[in-house]
Amino acid sequence: MTLLLAGCDGPLSTLAPAGPAAGDIALLWWGMLIGSAAITLLVGVLLALSFGPPRVRPVRYWTHGWGLGFSLAVLTTVLVAGLWIGERILPRDDGAVEVRAHAYQWGWRFAQPNAEGETVQTDGVLYIPAGRPVDVIVTAEDVIHAFWVPQLAGKVDAIPGRRNLLRIEADRPGTHDGLCAEFCGLGHATMRFELVAYGVDAPPDALADAPAAEEYADD
Amino acid sequence: MTDAYIGTATGTRATTDEIKSDAPQRALGLHRELDRTWANDPGWRGQISAVNHTTLGLRFMGTALVFFAIGGILAMLIRTQLATPEGAFLDTEIYNQIFTMHGSIMMFLFAIPMLEGLAIYMLPKILGTRDLAFPRLTALGYWCYLFGGLILLFALLGGVAPREGWFMYTPLSGATYSPGINADVWLLGVTFVEISALAAAVEITVTILRQRAPGMKLTEMPLFAWYMLGTSVMMLVGFPPLILASVLLEIERAFGWPFFEVARGGDPLLWQHLFWLFGHPEVYIIFLPAAGALSTIIPVMCRTTILGYGAIVAAIVALVFLSFGLWVHHMFTVGIPHMALAFFSAASVLVAVPTAVQVFAWIGTMWKGRPDMHLPMYHIMGFFLTFVMGGLTGVMLAIVPFNWQAHDTHFVVAHLHYVLIGGFVFPMMAAAAYWMPQITGRARIKGLGEAAFWTILIGFHGTFFLMHLTGLLGMPRRIDVYPDNPEWIWLNLTSSIFGFVMTIGFALFALDLVLQAWLGPRSPRDPWRAPGLDWAMRLPPPSYNFASLPGPGRLDGGAQAAQGLARGEGLLPGAPRGRREVLVTGVGSARPELIAILPGNTALPLGLACAIGAFVLMMLSGLYWLTLPALALVAALIWVWARGMAQGHDAAPVEVAPGLSLPVHIHRHDTLGRTGTVCLLLADGTLFAALLFGVGFLSVVAPGWPPPELTGDPKLGAGLIAGLVGGLGLGAIAVRLGLRAQGNGGAVLPAAAVAFIANLAALACLIWLAVAVLDDPTRHARDALRGVLAGYAGLHALIAAGMAGYALDQARRGEIAGTRAGCMPAWRLWQDFAAVTALIAGAILIAQGSGA
Ligand code: HEM
Ligand SMILES: [Cu+2]
Ligand SMILES: [Cu+2]
Repeated sequence: MTLLLAGCDGPLSTLAPAGPAAGDIALLWWGMLIGSAAITLLVGVLLALSFGPPRVRPVRYWTHGWGLGFSLAVLTTVLVAGLWIGERILPRDDGAVEVRAHAYQWGWRFAQPNAEGETVQTDGVLYIPAGRPVDVIVTAEDVIHAFWVPQLAGKVDAIPGRRNLLRIEADRPGTHDGLCAEFCGLGHATMRFELVAYGVDAPPDALADAPAAEEYADD
Repeated sequence: MTDAYIGTATGTRATTDEIKSDAPQRALGLHRELDRTWANDPGWRGQISAVNHTTLGLRFMGTALVFFAIGGILAMLIRTQLATPEGAFLDTEIYNQIFTMHGSIMMFLFAIPMLEGLAIYMLPKILGTRDLAFPRLTALGYWCYLFGGLILLFALLGGVAPREGWFMYTPLSGATYSPGINADVWLLGVTFVEISALAAAVEITVTILRQRAPGMKLTEMPLFAWYMLGTSVMMLVGFPPLILASVLLEIERAFGWPFFEVARGGDPLLWQHLFWLFGHPEVYIIFLPAAGALSTIIPVMCRTTILGYGAIVAAIVALVFLSFGLWVHHMFTVGIPHMALAFFSAASVLVAVPTAVQVFAWIGTMWKGRPDMHLPMYHIMGFFLTFVMGGLTGVMLAIVPFNWQAHDTHFVVAHLHYVLIGGFVFPMMAAAAYWMPQITGRARIKGLGEAAFWTILIGFHGTFFLMHLTGLLGMPRRIDVYPDNPEWIWLNLTSSIFGFVMTIGFALFALDLVLQAWLGPRSPRDPWRAPGLDWAMRLPPPSYNFASLPGPGRLDGGAQAAQGLARGEGLLPGAPRGRREVLVTGVGSARPELIAILPGNTALPLGLACAIGAFVLMMLSGLYWLTLPALALVAALIWVWARGMAQGHDAAPVEVAPGLSLPVHIHRHDTLGRTGTVCLLLADGTLFAALLFGVGFLSVVAPGWPPPELTGDPKLGAGLIAGLVGGLGLGAIAVRLGLRAQGNGGAVLPAAAVAFIANLAALACLIWLAVAVLDDPTRHARDALRGVLAGYAGLHALIAAGMAGYALDQARRGEIAGTRAGCMPAWRLWQDFAAVTALIAGAILIAQGSGA
């Protein structure tokens, strides 16, 4: 078991969550994995049984019973689970911290509040307070990119002309890796960034020294 | 006098069970007579001029296999690069070209042509006819596929292949971020290949609807035909959005009209919507024919009949409809409103239901019968295992929160290969094992096929099973190096090693096919004791399939029916008139209606494909003015094409069976050509609908609106639009008057002349509109879309004028006379379509002008 979990570790692993959204989704994944394994096994058993002597079942047993009934039951269950979790991880109006992630070929420019509440700009590193919900406004300069910190939450695309919102939250202070997930040309593989979650009482020096953030057209 | 050509009373009223058998003749004599008429020309000329579906079906499949090998080699290059974290094997630019080409080749040059080839080869045999509805179109499709594919391949060799990923997202694929011709190669090359998809879709639809053996009711036809009908309808509706998107992006790249560029009112998301409007159905377009093969093979392998025919047909119909409602699940991360996410998530999950119905119907069929582990069954087991897992990860990806994590990672790469290889490649290998004796007349060499199967199965799961985990550990797709992530190394290395195992397996599989075709012992006529008509013929199949056509009572005889048919006991025996004759039947009941005379061998399709190729190459080289002569050549060849089928004389009714004579198609309106035109207009209408979607989408959703004021004079604009619509409408009235005159034995010439002039006048109004009223299309997306709407109407008016001119020429030559309506029934459809779409387009242009 520990070996298994160790295999799931890694700075970009969705299976080593460090925030509520990623945690919920990881749970969803494990649930779906168990269900899928069971279904695969079940189909295997049904197939194996077919190699015995012919067995007559009414057509509806297969098409309606298994085909409609069984599949609808399974699908409804996952769908409801998905909608429920989807609801939990959405941004909502709760006075969350707002930060900006602006993607360009090939790098990230961030804007976030410092200890004085001024919005300051950093390159390649995003600072957020730990233990508090943060809404990331994701925008793009040139082509489509995508903002993703796997240990905290899912991804959202950075699309020219649009402003997308993603809710993230880090449980504890620490650093997490982030990357561009949408293919964006030659520098796509190296378009990484770092996310630093700091304790609310210990804002990092880097923020105090950072320059004020530039204005964006859509602000 | 003319009545004699409308069909004898028995002909039109015959119910299918009244048809009598012909007297037996000597099979060899019939064979000689038919082969003289139906065979390809001898020697190399025959390769160029062949239009026969058996030849072309094999050629499609063979070419697709070559592209599969090329795509496979590219896959091996990808795996070599990813085997180590800092692979220095390929540089990023080349790597990007390679994965883009791998995906594009596998989807557009392997999977689609492969299924087209299977359908082209099999359908006439399964339905009991001698060829597809439009043999020259089959050949045209093949050449377009080959040339389009070659353009992509040469680009790869020249290092200028597309490199934006197989879905070519804008703005990355736009002129600013992809200078050079790489993206143009994709847009033009793939669109060139799509001509063959549309051609095949039209043919397959018409052949299934109108060329089934008499008595083979729509509701009782073999399931393979149902699957192919679903596929071809999806192709008719699915490909137009992609073609539209490619045309728009190419216009943006070449001429600077903005559709996807934000600064001038476009929106990159329009590309994604149009692409996935095609791209999702595409997955089912690939899966359905494979499922059709499974539904054919499984009952035979289990010595029983398929379980749940009705439920399977319902599942196919459900899939066709549902699959057009889920495209957004490829776009869950673009920032879609929350309610829409829930809706598309539910729809995506729902599509698993008809798939489950089929899977369980197949399992039920196996329970009902006694499965024998012949080679096809191995591949079917491989299918079940792989496809079920791929389907389950598909359901996972349809769940939005999970999608947000897994999207664009190697989890998706694993999923899509489970579905494509599980749902297409394994069934196709089963189909190959099953039909190779039919195709070659030879049995296989034992052992090799099983070895290939196990190597592929182990190699496949070794490559892709752990790749799910690679994705969950955060590895995005489309990256060439990962120096900071040592935790992915063992996963990638494992995938790469097993990837090579799988390649060995495919090589064994190919070797097996070659050896069977070359050295295999003679196959018995019915190696599987299958009931289908595809086995009711000599092996390998003769050029004409059936010496006499199967009818009621002979529809599920399998090889037992072969003898009687070969002796001419069926319908329409031999080729006594030296023409390629097939029987055309009614859509639902399969009642015999008329005789269609198909064209013979000709190199015209090759010529036309070359002309289209010249156009594509001129576009690629940026010699835009030189596209005009190429287009003129295309138009001229299409004229010659049509002339090739024109008939200046009446044709006597043909005796199909004792006491049953049918008219020849030139005396009827409900011809194959007319059904084909309806199919074409379905595709065209979808293209127009996709364009309207684009107008609506950009007006409502795009940033960068409202656009600048229109500068043209609205009164003049409205007047010219009225002129355009009025001219086309007048043409529609004239074509009706012409048809009435032809029915009454009157003169058609005046009506055709009026229509010709009216269409030209409509065109003149449109050109005036473009010059005097429309704004510079490069100014804003709204203006660019106005230009496209006008261009669409103009192109249709131009073709309508061409058809009117053709009718004029036919009337002058006396080809429209008596009961011969010539091109008029098809032209009428086109003219109506042109008038209605121009009316809609014109209304939008006027509404935009009035600020609505
Ligand atoms: C022969 C065995 C195959 C192997 C080892 C293989 C391997 C791969 C790999 C590693 C990628 C990911 C590239 C990347 O994201 O960097 C990929 C992408 C892809 N493959 Fe395959 N593949 C195989 C066969 C196929 C087949 C049979 C199909 C389709 C019928 C297919 C369709 C695709 C598509 C559509 C992509 C996406 C390309 C893109 O991202 O633009 N592959 N393949
Ligand atoms: Cu990026
Ligand atoms: Cu990127």
